[in-house]
Amino acid sequence: MSAEVQTLFIQHFGKDSNRTLSYYQSQQSGYVAAKTVVTTMTPDQVIEEVKKSNLRGRGGAGFPTGMKWSFIPKGGDKPKYLVCNADESEPGTFKDRDLIRYTPHGLIEGMIIGAYAIGCKHAYIYIRGEYTREARLLNEAIQEAKSAGFLGEKIFGTDFSLNITVHRGAGAYICGEETGLLNSLEGKRGEPRVKPPFPAISGAFGCPTAVNNVESLASIPHIIRLGGEAYSKLGAVEKSGGTRIISLSGQVKRPGLYEIQAGSKTLRQIIYDLGGGMKKEKKLKAVIPGGSSAPVLTADEIDVIYDIEPLMKIGTMMGSAAIMVVSESVDLPKLLWRITKFYAHESCGQCTPCREGCHWMESILHRICHGQGREDDLDTLTSLAGNIGGKTLCALGDAAAGPVASFIKKFRPEFEAKITPVVRGQKRYA
Amino acid sequence: MSTSVAPQESVLSPKFYEAMKALEPQYPRKTALILPALHQAQSEFGWLPKEALEAVAQYIGVHPAQIREVASFYTMFNLKPVGKTHLKICTNVACVLRGADDLVSFCEKKLGIACGETTPDGKFTLSEEECLGACGTAPAMMANDDYIENLDIPKLNDFLERSQHER
Repeated sequence: MSAEVQTLFIQHFGKDSNRTLSYYQSQQSGYVAAKTVVTTMTPDQVIEEVKKSNLRGRGGAGFPTGMKWSFIPKGGDKPKYLVCNADESEPGTFKDRDLIRYTPHGLIEGMIIGAYAIGCKHAYIYIRGEYTREARLLNEAIQEAKSAGFLGEKIFGTDFSLNITVHRGAGAYICGEETGLLNSLEGKRGEPRVKPPFPAISGAFGCPTAVNNVESLASIPHIIRLGGEAYSKLGAVEKSGGTRIISLSGQVKRPGLYEIQAGSKTLRQIIYDLGGGMKKEKKLKAVIPGGSSAPVLTADEIDVIYDIEPLMKIGTMMGSAAIMVVSESVDLPKLLWRITKFYAHESCGQCTPCREGCHWMESILHRICHGQGREDDLDTLTSLAGNIGGKTLCALGDAAAGPVASFIKKFRPEFEAKITPVVRGQKRYA
Repeated sequence: MSTSVAPQESVLSPKFYEAMKALEPQYPRKTALILPALHQAQSEFGWLPKEALEAVAQYIGVHPAQIREVASFYTMFNLKPVGKTHLKICTNVACVLRGADDLVSFCEKKLGIACGETTPDGKFTLSEEECLGACGTAPAMMANDDYIENLDIPKLNDFLERSQHER
Protein backbone atom coordinates (compact mmCIF):
# COMPACT_ATOMS: atom_id res chain seq x y z
CA MET A 1 0.00 0.00 0.00
CA SER A 2 1.48 3.32 -0.95
CA ALA A 3 1.52 5.99 1.73
CA GLU A 4 -0.32 8.38 -0.52
CA VAL A 5 -4.07 8.39 -0.09
CA GLN A 6 -5.81 7.12 -3.17
CA THR A 7 -9.23 8.47 -3.97
CA LEU A 8 -11.46 7.57 -6.88
CA PHE A 9 -14.16 10.20 -6.84
CA ILE A 10 -13.64 13.22 -4.73
CA GLN A 11 -10.98 14.91 -6.85
CA HIS A 12 -13.65 15.36 -9.51
CA PHE A 13 -16.19 17.00 -7.20
CA GLY A 14 -16.95 20.69 -6.96
CA LYS A 15 -16.71 21.83 -10.56
CA ASP A 16 -19.80 21.88 -12.75
CA SER A 17 -17.82 21.31 -15.93
CA ASN A 18 -16.63 17.95 -14.59
CA ARG A 19 -19.96 16.35 -15.23
CA THR A 20 -19.70 16.37 -19.00
CA LEU A 21 -19.05 13.32 -21.13
CA SER A 22 -15.91 14.89 -22.58
CA TYR A 23 -14.43 15.42 -19.11
CA TYR A 24 -15.40 11.91 -18.07
CA GLN A 25 -13.76 10.41 -21.14
CA SER A 26 -10.61 12.50 -21.08
CA GLN A 27 -9.96 12.64 -17.33
CA GLN A 28 -11.48 9.43 -15.99
CA SER A 29 -10.98 6.98 -18.89
CA GLY A 30 -14.74 7.12 -19.21
CA TYR A 31 -16.59 4.18 -20.77
CA VAL A 32 -13.38 2.22 -21.38
CA ALA A 33 -14.35 -0.23 -18.65
CA ALA A 34 -17.85 -0.64 -20.08
CA LYS A 35 -16.39 -1.32 -23.51
CA THR A 36 -13.98 -3.91 -22.11
CA VAL A 37 -16.83 -5.62 -20.29
CA VAL A 38 -19.35 -5.64 -23.10
CA THR A 39 -16.93 -6.62 -25.85
CA THR A 40 -14.54 -9.01 -24.09
CA MET A 41 -16.03 -10.40 -20.87
CA THR A 42 -18.84 -12.81 -20.03
CA PRO A 43 -21.42 -11.78 -17.42
CA ASP A 44 -20.00 -14.41 -15.05
CA GLN A 45 -16.51 -12.97 -15.40
CA VAL A 46 -17.85 -9.54 -14.49
CA ILE A 47 -19.61 -10.86 -11.40
CA GLU A 48 -16.44 -12.75 -10.41
CA GLU A 49 -14.37 -9.57 -10.70
CA VAL A 50 -16.84 -7.61 -8.58
CA LYS A 51 -16.84 -10.40 -5.99
CA LYS A 52 -13.04 -10.25 -5.85
CA SER A 53 -13.19 -6.51 -5.27
CA ASN A 54 -14.88 -6.89 -1.87
CA LEU A 55 -17.20 -4.05 -2.79
CA ARG A 56 -19.91 -3.91 -0.15
CA GLY A 57 -23.11 -2.02 -0.78
CA ARG A 58 -22.69 1.66 -0.02
CA GLY A 59 -26.33 2.36 0.74
CA GLY A 60 -26.15 1.16 4.31
CA ALA A 61 -26.56 -2.58 4.59
CA GLY A 62 -23.06 -3.35 3.33
CA PHE A 63 -24.11 -6.43 1.38
CA PRO A 64 -21.46 -7.62 -1.12
CA THR A 65 -22.46 -6.28 -4.54
CA GLY A 66 -21.00 -9.18 -6.53
CA MET A 67 -22.94 -11.68 -4.47
CA LYS A 68 -26.14 -9.69 -4.92
CA TRP A 69 -25.73 -9.85 -8.70
CA SER A 70 -24.98 -13.57 -8.57
CA PHE A 71 -28.42 -14.21 -7.02
CA ILE A 72 -30.17 -13.07 -10.22
CA PRO A 73 -31.27 -16.25 -11.98
CA LYS A 74 -29.62 -16.94 -15.33
CA GLY A 75 -31.85 -17.29 -18.37
CA GLY A 76 -35.60 -17.54 -17.91
CA ASP A 77 -38.14 -15.64 -19.95
CA LYS A 78 -38.81 -12.81 -17.51
CA PRO A 79 -37.03 -9.52 -18.07
CA LYS A 80 -34.44 -8.59 -15.45
CA TYR A 81 -34.08 -5.17 -13.93
CA LEU A 82 -31.26 -3.17 -12.49
CA VAL A 83 -32.49 -0.40 -10.23
CA CYS A 84 -30.19 2.27 -8.88
CA ASN A 85 -31.20 3.43 -5.43
CA ALA A 86 -30.64 7.17 -5.47
CA ASP A 87 -33.20 7.84 -2.76
CA GLU A 88 -30.46 8.96 -0.35
CA SER A 89 -32.85 9.43 2.52
CA GLU A 90 -30.84 8.40 5.57
CA PRO A 91 -30.44 11.60 7.58
CA GLY A 92 -26.85 12.81 7.45
CA THR A 93 -26.09 11.31 4.04
CA PHE A 94 -25.31 13.55 1.07
CA LYS A 95 -22.66 11.73 -0.96
CA ASP A 96 -24.87 10.39 -3.74
CA ARG A 97 -26.07 13.88 -4.54
CA ASP A 98 -22.52 15.00 -5.36
CA LEU A 99 -21.76 11.77 -7.19
CA ILE A 100 -24.73 12.53 -9.42
CA ARG A 101 -23.81 16.18 -9.76
CA TYR A 102 -20.18 15.67 -10.68
CA THR A 103 -19.80 12.15 -12.08
CA PRO A 104 -23.18 11.18 -13.52
CA HIS A 105 -21.39 9.27 -16.26
CA GLY A 106 -19.58 7.18 -13.66
CA LEU A 107 -22.97 6.03 -12.43
CA ILE A 108 -24.24 5.39 -15.95
CA GLU A 109 -21.14 3.41 -16.84
CA GLY A 110 -21.49 1.37 -13.65
CA MET A 111 -25.09 0.67 -14.61
CA ILE A 112 -24.10 -0.47 -18.10
CA ILE A 113 -21.67 -2.95 -16.57
CA GLY A 114 -24.17 -4.08 -13.91
CA ALA A 115 -26.95 -4.48 -16.45
CA TYR A 116 -24.67 -6.52 -18.68
CA ALA A 117 -23.70 -8.74 -15.73
CA ILE A 118 -27.28 -9.58 -14.79
CA GLY A 119 -28.82 -9.53 -18.28
CA CYS A 120 -30.92 -6.39 -17.92
CA LYS A 121 -32.17 -4.38 -20.88
CA HIS A 122 -33.98 -1.60 -19.08
CA ALA A 123 -32.63 -0.04 -15.90
CA TYR A 124 -34.12 2.56 -13.59
CA ILE A 125 -32.62 5.22 -11.39
CA TYR A 126 -35.00 5.88 -8.52
CA ILE A 127 -34.03 9.32 -7.27
CA ARG A 128 -35.55 11.12 -4.30
CA GLY A 129 -38.12 13.67 -5.37
CA GLU A 130 -36.34 16.60 -3.75
CA TYR A 131 -33.33 16.12 -6.05
CA THR A 132 -35.11 17.84 -8.94
CA ARG A 133 -31.96 19.38 -10.33
CA GLU A 134 -29.99 16.16 -9.97
CA ALA A 135 -32.72 14.24 -11.84
CA ARG A 136 -32.40 16.75 -14.66
CA LEU A 137 -28.61 16.42 -14.69
CA LEU A 138 -28.95 12.65 -14.88
CA ASN A 139 -31.33 12.91 -17.80
CA GLU A 140 -28.90 15.21 -19.57
CA ALA A 141 -26.04 12.77 -18.98
CA ILE A 142 -28.17 9.87 -20.21
CA GLN A 143 -28.90 11.80 -23.41
CA GLU A 144 -25.20 12.51 -23.84
CA ALA A 145 -24.35 8.83 -23.35
CA LYS A 146 -27.08 7.82 -25.78
CA SER A 147 -25.82 10.20 -28.46
CA ALA A 148 -22.34 8.74 -28.06
CA GLY A 149 -23.68 5.21 -28.48
CA PHE A 150 -23.06 4.06 -24.90
CA LEU A 151 -26.76 3.56 -24.27
CA GLY A 152 -29.53 2.40 -26.56
CA GLU A 153 -29.41 -0.41 -29.11
CA LYS A 154 -26.37 -2.52 -29.96
CA ILE A 155 -23.92 -0.93 -27.55
CA PHE A 156 -20.29 -1.07 -28.78
CA GLY A 157 -21.54 -2.91 -31.86
CA THR A 158 -22.65 -5.94 -29.86
CA ASP A 159 -26.11 -7.40 -29.30
CA PHE A 160 -26.29 -5.78 -25.87
CA SER A 161 -28.86 -3.01 -25.49
CA LEU A 162 -29.71 -0.87 -22.51
CA ASN A 163 -31.96 2.05 -21.73
CA ILE A 164 -32.07 3.93 -18.45
CA THR A 165 -35.10 5.75 -17.07
CA VAL A 166 -34.87 8.26 -14.24
CA HIS A 167 -37.83 7.81 -11.89
CA ARG A 168 -38.49 10.48 -9.29
CA GLY A 169 -39.71 9.67 -5.80
CA ALA A 170 -41.90 12.11 -3.94
CA GLY A 171 -40.67 12.46 -0.40
CA ALA A 172 -40.67 9.28 1.67
CA TYR A 173 -37.74 7.97 3.71
CA ILE A 174 -39.03 4.44 3.45
CA CYS A 175 -38.48 4.41 -0.31
CA GLY A 176 -34.78 4.00 0.43
CA GLU A 177 -35.67 0.49 1.62
CA GLU A 178 -35.31 -1.59 -1.51
CA THR A 179 -38.73 -3.21 -1.58
CA GLY A 180 -40.43 0.06 -0.58
CA LEU A 181 -38.54 1.60 -3.47
CA LEU A 182 -39.74 -1.09 -5.86
CA ASN A 183 -43.36 -0.60 -4.82
CA SER A 184 -42.93 3.12 -5.33
CA LEU A 185 -41.41 2.50 -8.77
CA GLU A 186 -44.48 0.44 -9.61
CA GLY A 187 -46.73 3.36 -8.72
CA LYS A 188 -47.79 2.20 -5.28
CA ARG A 189 -47.36 3.49 -1.75
CA GLY A 190 -43.75 2.91 -0.76
CA GLU A 191 -44.52 0.16 1.71
CA PRO A 192 -41.82 -2.50 2.13
CA ARG A 193 -42.71 -6.02 1.06
CA VAL A 194 -42.64 -9.28 2.94
CA LYS A 195 -39.38 -11.10 2.19
CA PRO A 196 -38.83 -13.67 0.84
CA PRO A 197 -39.20 -13.54 -2.08
CA PHE A 198 -36.20 -11.25 -2.31
CA PRO A 199 -35.90 -8.80 -5.20
CA ALA A 200 -33.37 -11.06 -6.94
CA ILE A 201 -36.25 -13.48 -7.53
CA SER A 202 -39.25 -11.17 -7.59
CA GLY A 203 -38.43 -7.48 -7.62
CA ALA A 204 -39.62 -4.74 -9.95
CA PHE A 205 -42.84 -5.72 -11.76
CA GLY A 206 -42.49 -9.25 -10.36
CA CYS A 207 -39.20 -9.83 -12.18
CA PRO A 208 -35.67 -10.58 -10.97
CA THR A 209 -34.12 -7.28 -9.86
CA ALA A 210 -30.87 -6.01 -8.42
CA VAL A 211 -31.10 -2.81 -6.40
CA ASN A 212 -27.78 -1.02 -5.90
CA ASN A 213 -26.79 2.27 -4.34
CA VAL A 214 -25.33 5.11 -6.46
CA GLU A 215 -21.86 4.89 -4.93
CA SER A 216 -21.78 1.10 -5.32
CA LEU A 217 -22.60 1.38 -9.02
CA ALA A 218 -20.23 4.30 -9.58
CA SER A 219 -17.45 2.15 -8.09
CA ILE A 220 -17.92 -0.57 -10.69
CA PRO A 221 -15.99 1.07 -13.56
CA HIS A 222 -13.05 1.55 -11.17
CA ILE A 223 -13.18 -2.14 -10.25
CA ILE A 224 -13.00 -3.15 -13.89
CA ARG A 225 -10.31 -0.59 -14.63
CA LEU A 226 -8.08 -1.50 -11.67
CA GLY A 227 -9.02 -5.16 -11.46
CA GLY A 228 -11.04 -6.59 -8.59
CA GLU A 229 -8.04 -7.54 -6.54
CA ALA A 230 -6.30 -4.17 -6.78
CA TYR A 231 -9.56 -2.41 -5.91
CA SER A 232 -9.98 -4.66 -2.92
CA LYS A 233 -6.48 -3.79 -1.73
CA LEU A 234 -7.41 -0.11 -1.60
CA GLY A 235 -9.23 -1.08 1.56
CA ALA A 236 -7.10 -1.27 4.67
CA VAL A 237 -9.19 -3.93 6.36
CA GLU A 238 -9.68 -7.42 5.08
CA LYS A 239 -13.35 -7.59 4.25
CA SER A 240 -13.89 -4.10 2.81
CA GLY A 241 -12.54 -3.17 -0.58
CA GLY A 242 -12.07 0.19 -2.21
CA THR A 243 -12.73 3.63 -0.85
CA ARG A 244 -15.61 5.08 1.14
CA ILE A 245 -17.13 8.50 0.70
CA ILE A 246 -17.93 9.88 4.12
CA SER A 247 -20.63 12.48 4.71
CA LEU A 248 -19.38 14.50 7.67
CA SER A 249 -21.82 16.95 9.22
CA GLY A 250 -22.80 18.61 12.46
CA GLN A 251 -20.61 20.68 14.71
CA VAL A 252 -17.21 20.27 13.11
CA LYS A 253 -15.15 23.04 11.57
CA ARG A 254 -15.19 21.60 8.07
CA PRO A 255 -18.31 19.59 7.34
CA GLY A 256 -18.45 18.01 3.90
CA LEU A 257 -17.56 14.93 1.90
CA TYR A 258 -14.32 13.06 2.46
CA GLU A 259 -13.10 9.96 0.72
CA ILE A 260 -10.89 7.49 2.55
CA GLN A 261 -9.49 4.09 1.73
CA ALA A 262 -11.92 1.77 3.52
CA GLY A 263 -10.86 1.17 7.10
CA SER A 264 -7.80 3.42 6.94
CA LYS A 265 -8.84 5.93 9.61
CA THR A 266 -10.36 6.05 13.04
CA LEU A 267 -13.45 8.07 13.80
CA ARG A 268 -11.24 10.46 15.78
CA GLN A 269 -8.98 11.03 12.76
CA ILE A 270 -11.98 11.73 10.58
CA ILE A 271 -13.46 14.25 12.99
CA TYR A 272 -10.23 16.01 13.98
CA ASP A 273 -7.87 15.59 11.01
CA LEU A 274 -10.32 15.71 8.13
CA GLY A 275 -13.12 17.71 9.73
CA GLY A 276 -10.73 20.12 11.45
CA GLY A 277 -12.06 19.34 14.91
CA MET A 278 -14.92 20.86 16.80
CA LYS A 279 -16.57 24.10 15.78
CA LYS A 280 -15.72 26.94 18.19
CA GLU A 281 -13.40 24.51 20.04
CA LYS A 282 -16.37 23.07 21.91
CA LYS A 283 -15.99 19.74 23.62
CA LEU A 284 -17.17 16.66 21.75
CA LYS A 285 -20.13 14.98 23.42
CA ALA A 286 -21.53 12.40 21.04
CA VAL A 287 -21.13 11.01 17.54
CA ILE A 288 -23.79 9.43 15.38
CA PRO A 289 -21.54 7.35 13.16
CA GLY A 290 -23.68 5.94 10.34
CA GLY A 291 -26.74 8.02 9.59
CA SER A 292 -29.38 8.83 12.19
CA SER A 293 -30.34 5.15 12.51
CA ALA A 294 -26.98 4.24 13.98
CA PRO A 295 -26.73 3.84 17.75
CA VAL A 296 -24.86 6.81 19.24
CA LEU A 297 -21.25 6.78 20.45
CA THR A 298 -19.78 8.78 23.33
CA ALA A 299 -16.65 10.96 23.03
CA ASP A 300 -14.66 8.10 24.59
CA GLU A 301 -15.56 5.64 21.88
CA ILE A 302 -14.12 7.35 18.82
CA ASP A 303 -10.78 5.60 18.61
CA VAL A 304 -12.49 2.89 16.62
CA ILE A 305 -11.47 2.10 13.05
CA TYR A 306 -14.18 3.57 10.87
CA ASP A 307 -15.42 0.53 9.01
CA ILE A 308 -18.23 -2.01 9.06
CA GLU A 309 -16.92 -4.70 11.43
CA PRO A 310 -15.10 -2.51 13.98
CA LEU A 311 -18.23 -0.38 14.42
CA MET A 312 -20.46 -3.41 14.64
CA LYS A 313 -18.22 -4.78 17.36
CA ILE A 314 -18.91 -1.76 19.56
CA GLY A 315 -22.66 -2.00 19.02
CA THR A 316 -23.27 0.54 16.30
CA MET A 317 -23.03 0.63 12.52
CA MET A 318 -21.37 2.33 9.61
CA GLY A 319 -24.58 2.49 7.58
CA SER A 320 -24.24 4.95 4.74
CA ALA A 321 -21.00 6.40 6.22
CA ALA A 322 -22.74 9.53 7.44
CA ILE A 323 -21.13 10.94 10.56
CA MET A 324 -22.95 13.56 12.62
CA VAL A 325 -20.90 15.26 15.28
CA VAL A 326 -22.52 16.63 18.43
CA SER A 327 -20.88 19.06 20.86
CA GLU A 328 -21.35 19.67 24.57
CA SER A 329 -23.73 22.55 23.84
CA VAL A 330 -26.44 20.23 22.52
CA ASP A 331 -29.42 19.09 24.55
CA LEU A 332 -29.36 15.35 23.87
CA PRO A 333 -32.92 14.49 24.94
CA LYS A 334 -34.13 17.14 22.53
CA LEU A 335 -31.89 15.77 19.78
CA LEU A 336 -33.20 12.26 20.39
CA TRP A 337 -36.74 13.60 20.27
CA ARG A 338 -35.87 15.13 16.89
CA ILE A 339 -34.55 11.82 15.59
CA THR A 340 -37.53 9.89 16.90
CA LYS A 341 -39.99 12.39 15.47
CA PHE A 342 -38.45 11.68 12.09
CA TYR A 343 -39.03 7.93 12.36
CA ALA A 344 -42.55 8.43 13.69
CA HIS A 345 -43.26 10.62 10.67
CA GLU A 346 -41.66 8.24 8.19
CA SER A 347 -43.04 4.95 9.53
CA CYS A 348 -45.16 3.58 6.69
CA GLY A 349 -47.68 2.17 9.17
CA GLN A 350 -47.79 -1.45 8.03
CA CYS A 351 -46.28 -3.03 11.14
CA THR A 352 -47.90 -2.33 14.49
CA PRO A 353 -44.70 -2.23 16.60
CA CYS A 354 -43.23 0.49 14.39
CA ARG A 355 -46.42 2.43 13.65
CA GLU A 356 -47.52 2.60 17.29
CA GLY A 357 -44.13 2.35 18.96
CA CYS A 358 -42.45 5.21 17.11
CA HIS A 359 -45.29 7.60 17.91
CA TRP A 360 -45.33 6.45 21.51
CA MET A 361 -41.58 6.99 21.86
CA GLU A 362 -41.89 10.38 20.21
CA SER A 363 -44.63 11.56 22.56
CA ILE A 364 -42.79 10.35 25.66
CA LEU A 365 -39.62 12.13 24.56
CA HIS A 366 -41.64 15.21 23.79
CA ARG A 367 -43.06 15.32 27.29
CA ILE A 368 -39.63 14.72 28.82
CA CYS A 369 -38.28 17.68 26.86
CA HIS A 370 -41.17 19.83 28.04
CA GLY A 371 -40.77 19.21 31.76
CA GLN A 372 -43.58 16.67 31.91
CA GLY A 373 -41.45 13.54 32.12
CA ARG A 374 -42.50 10.76 34.47
CA GLU A 375 -40.25 8.66 36.63
CA ASP A 376 -40.72 5.45 34.69
CA ASP A 377 -40.49 7.08 31.26
CA LEU A 378 -36.90 6.04 30.60
CA ASP A 379 -37.67 2.42 31.36
CA THR A 380 -40.78 2.61 29.21
CA LEU A 381 -38.72 4.02 26.34
CA THR A 382 -36.09 1.31 26.67
CA SER A 383 -38.79 -1.35 26.76
CA LEU A 384 -40.56 0.17 23.74
CA ALA A 385 -37.32 0.23 21.78
CA GLY A 386 -36.76 -3.42 22.66
CA ASN A 387 -40.23 -4.29 21.43
CA ILE A 388 -39.81 -2.60 18.05
CA GLY A 389 -36.33 -3.76 17.04
CA GLY A 390 -36.39 -6.98 15.05
CA LYS A 391 -40.18 -7.15 15.02
CA THR A 392 -40.95 -5.33 11.78
CA LEU A 393 -40.93 -6.13 8.07
CA CYS A 394 -38.12 -3.71 7.31
CA ALA A 395 -35.23 -2.05 9.11
CA LEU A 396 -37.08 1.18 9.90
CA GLY A 397 -38.16 -0.29 13.20
CA ASP A 398 -34.59 -1.09 14.17
CA ALA A 399 -33.51 2.30 12.90
CA ALA A 400 -35.93 4.00 15.28
CA ALA A 401 -35.16 1.73 18.22
CA GLY A 402 -31.35 1.90 18.05
CA PRO A 403 -30.98 5.61 18.80
CA VAL A 404 -33.52 5.54 21.65
CA ALA A 405 -31.93 2.55 23.37
CA SER A 406 -28.38 3.85 22.94
CA PHE A 407 -28.98 7.50 23.89
CA ILE A 408 -30.71 6.45 27.11
CA LYS A 409 -28.11 3.82 27.94
CA LYS A 410 -25.14 6.09 27.37
CA PHE A 411 -26.48 9.47 28.46
CA ARG A 412 -29.06 8.49 31.08
CA PRO A 413 -28.15 11.25 33.58
CA GLU A 414 -29.02 13.91 31.00
CA PHE A 415 -32.46 12.44 30.61
CA GLU A 416 -32.94 11.97 34.34
CA ALA A 417 -32.03 15.58 34.94
CA LYS A 418 -35.06 16.57 32.87
CA ILE A 419 -37.44 14.44 34.89
CA THR A 420 -38.32 15.96 38.22
CA PRO A 421 -38.96 13.27 40.80
CA VAL A 422 -42.57 13.00 41.91
CA VAL A 423 -43.31 13.30 45.58
CA ARG A 424 -45.22 10.19 46.48
CA GLY A 425 -48.94 10.71 46.71
CA GLN A 426 -48.89 13.99 44.83
CA LYS A 427 -50.74 14.32 41.61
CA ARG A 428 -48.56 15.60 38.79
CA TYR A 429 -51.29 16.98 36.62
CA ALA A 430 -54.15 19.08 37.80
CA MET B 1 -62.21 0.67 -18.14
CA SER B 2 -61.35 3.08 -20.88
CA THR B 3 -57.96 4.69 -20.56
CA SER B 4 -58.18 7.11 -23.41
CA VAL B 5 -58.99 10.64 -22.51
CA ALA B 6 -59.48 13.39 -24.97
CA PRO B 7 -57.31 16.18 -23.61
CA GLN B 8 -60.06 18.72 -24.26
CA GLU B 9 -62.28 17.22 -21.57
CA SER B 10 -59.52 17.15 -18.97
CA VAL B 11 -58.42 19.71 -16.42
CA LEU B 12 -54.87 18.70 -17.32
CA SER B 13 -53.13 20.35 -20.24
CA PRO B 14 -52.15 18.67 -23.52
CA LYS B 15 -48.57 18.98 -22.24
CA PHE B 16 -49.42 16.50 -19.51
CA TYR B 17 -50.62 13.93 -22.03
CA GLU B 18 -47.62 14.49 -24.27
CA ALA B 19 -45.21 14.00 -21.36
CA MET B 20 -46.99 10.82 -20.32
CA LYS B 21 -47.04 9.46 -23.84
CA ALA B 22 -43.28 9.85 -24.02
CA LEU B 23 -42.89 7.96 -20.75
CA GLU B 24 -45.30 5.11 -21.47
CA PRO B 25 -42.85 2.90 -23.41
CA GLN B 26 -40.37 3.11 -20.57
CA TYR B 27 -42.44 1.03 -18.16
CA PRO B 28 -43.98 -2.43 -18.51
CA ARG B 29 -47.14 -1.33 -16.68
CA LYS B 30 -49.13 1.84 -16.95
CA THR B 31 -49.61 2.07 -13.18
CA ALA B 32 -45.87 2.79 -12.89
CA LEU B 33 -46.71 6.18 -14.39
CA ILE B 34 -48.68 7.20 -11.30
CA LEU B 35 -45.79 9.07 -9.63
CA PRO B 36 -44.58 10.77 -12.81
CA ALA B 37 -48.19 11.71 -13.58
CA LEU B 38 -48.74 13.20 -10.14
CA HIS B 39 -45.52 15.23 -10.41
CA GLN B 40 -46.59 16.49 -13.83
CA ALA B 41 -50.11 17.31 -12.66
CA GLN B 42 -48.80 19.11 -9.60
CA SER B 43 -46.51 21.21 -11.77
CA GLU B 44 -49.61 22.54 -13.53
CA PHE B 45 -51.56 23.53 -10.42
CA GLY B 46 -48.92 23.89 -7.71
CA TRP B 47 -50.98 21.31 -5.82
CA LEU B 48 -53.29 18.39 -6.57
CA PRO B 49 -56.94 19.35 -6.57
CA LYS B 50 -59.54 16.59 -6.65
CA GLU B 51 -60.18 17.16 -10.36
CA ALA B 52 -56.49 16.64 -11.13
CA LEU B 53 -56.43 13.38 -9.16
CA GLU B 54 -59.49 12.23 -11.05
CA ALA B 55 -57.95 13.14 -14.38
CA VAL B 56 -54.80 11.21 -13.46
CA ALA B 57 -56.94 8.23 -12.44
CA GLN B 58 -58.80 8.34 -15.71
CA TYR B 59 -55.58 8.54 -17.67
CA ILE B 60 -53.98 5.63 -15.79
CA GLY B 61 -57.21 3.62 -15.86
CA VAL B 62 -57.71 3.10 -12.14
CA HIS B 63 -60.20 4.28 -9.53
CA PRO B 64 -59.51 7.79 -8.17
CA ALA B 65 -59.22 6.28 -4.69
CA GLN B 66 -56.10 4.44 -5.80
CA ILE B 67 -54.51 7.69 -6.93
CA ARG B 68 -55.43 9.43 -3.69
CA GLU B 69 -54.07 6.49 -1.72
CA VAL B 70 -50.72 6.84 -3.45
CA ALA B 71 -50.62 10.65 -3.47
CA SER B 72 -51.34 10.85 0.27
CA PHE B 73 -48.37 8.63 1.07
CA TYR B 74 -45.76 11.06 -0.22
CA THR B 75 -45.00 14.37 1.45
CA MET B 76 -44.15 16.16 -1.79
CA PHE B 77 -47.65 15.82 -3.16
CA ASN B 78 -49.70 18.73 -1.89
CA LEU B 79 -53.32 17.76 -1.34
CA LYS B 80 -54.02 21.30 -0.19
CA PRO B 81 -53.10 24.53 -1.98
CA VAL B 82 -49.71 26.01 -1.10
CA GLY B 83 -48.31 29.50 -1.41
CA LYS B 84 -46.44 30.78 -4.43
CA THR B 85 -43.20 30.12 -2.60
CA HIS B 86 -43.23 26.94 -0.55
CA LEU B 87 -40.46 27.18 2.04
CA LYS B 88 -39.35 23.83 3.39
CA ILE B 89 -36.78 24.25 6.12
CA CYS B 90 -34.90 21.11 7.08
CA THR B 91 -35.12 20.54 10.82
CA ASN B 92 -33.47 17.15 10.91
CA VAL B 93 -30.34 16.41 12.96
CA ALA B 94 -27.55 17.91 10.85
CA CYS B 95 -29.47 21.13 10.21
CA VAL B 96 -30.65 21.47 13.81
CA LEU B 97 -27.03 21.09 14.95
CA ARG B 98 -26.25 24.15 12.85
CA GLY B 99 -29.12 26.41 13.82
CA ALA B 100 -32.20 25.34 11.83
CA ASP B 101 -34.54 25.97 14.78
CA ASP B 102 -33.61 29.67 14.76
CA LEU B 103 -34.38 29.84 11.05
CA VAL B 104 -37.83 28.39 11.59
CA SER B 105 -38.62 30.85 14.41
CA PHE B 106 -37.33 33.71 12.28
CA CYS B 107 -39.60 32.74 9.38
CA GLU B 108 -42.60 32.26 11.62
CA LYS B 109 -42.09 35.70 13.11
CA LYS B 110 -41.34 37.46 9.86
CA LEU B 111 -44.20 35.87 7.92
CA GLY B 112 -46.61 35.84 10.86
CA ILE B 113 -47.57 32.21 10.33
CA ALA B 114 -46.77 28.92 12.03
CA CYS B 115 -45.25 25.92 10.30
CA GLY B 116 -47.78 24.26 8.05
CA GLU B 117 -49.58 27.53 7.31
CA THR B 118 -49.85 29.84 4.33
CA THR B 119 -49.71 33.63 4.47
CA PRO B 120 -53.08 35.33 3.81
CA ASP B 121 -51.73 36.88 0.60
CA GLY B 122 -50.91 33.38 -0.66
CA LYS B 123 -47.27 34.20 -1.17
CA PHE B 124 -45.65 31.83 1.30
CA THR B 125 -46.25 28.42 2.80
CA LEU B 126 -43.87 27.44 5.58
CA SER B 127 -43.09 23.79 6.33
CA GLU B 128 -40.60 21.90 8.41
CA GLU B 129 -38.90 19.33 6.24
CA GLU B 130 -37.04 16.13 6.98
CA CYS B 131 -33.45 15.58 5.87
CA LEU B 132 -32.89 17.10 2.41
CA GLY B 133 -29.51 15.45 1.87
CA ALA B 134 -27.63 18.71 2.16
CA CYS B 135 -26.07 18.10 5.58
CA GLY B 136 -22.57 19.20 4.54
CA THR B 137 -23.96 22.61 3.70
CA ALA B 138 -26.41 22.76 6.60
CA PRO B 139 -28.66 24.42 7.47
CA ALA B 140 -30.56 24.01 4.24
CA MET B 141 -34.02 24.60 2.90
CA MET B 142 -35.98 24.27 -0.28
CA ALA B 143 -37.92 27.08 -1.87
CA ASN B 144 -40.24 25.26 -4.28
CA ASP B 145 -37.81 23.07 -6.30
CA ASP B 146 -34.62 24.94 -5.43
CA TYR B 147 -32.15 24.23 -2.68
CA ILE B 148 -30.74 27.09 -0.63
CA GLU B 149 -27.82 25.99 1.51
CA ASN B 150 -25.38 27.32 4.11
CA LEU B 151 -28.27 29.39 5.40
CA ASP B 152 -28.16 31.97 8.12
CA ILE B 153 -30.67 34.58 9.18
CA PRO B 154 -29.36 37.45 6.97
CA LYS B 155 -29.35 35.15 3.93
CA LEU B 156 -32.85 33.90 4.72
CA ASN B 157 -34.07 37.45 5.30
CA ASP B 158 -32.70 38.55 1.92
CA PHE B 159 -34.42 35.67 0.24
CA LEU B 160 -37.76 36.40 1.89
CA GLU B 161 -37.50 40.09 0.98
CA ARG B 162 -36.77 39.29 -2.64
CA SER B 163 -39.57 36.74 -2.90
CA GLN B 164 -41.97 39.14 -1.19
CA HIS B 165 -41.45 41.72 -3.91
CA GLU B 166 -41.62 39.35 -6.84
CA ARG B 167 -44.80 39.52 -8.92
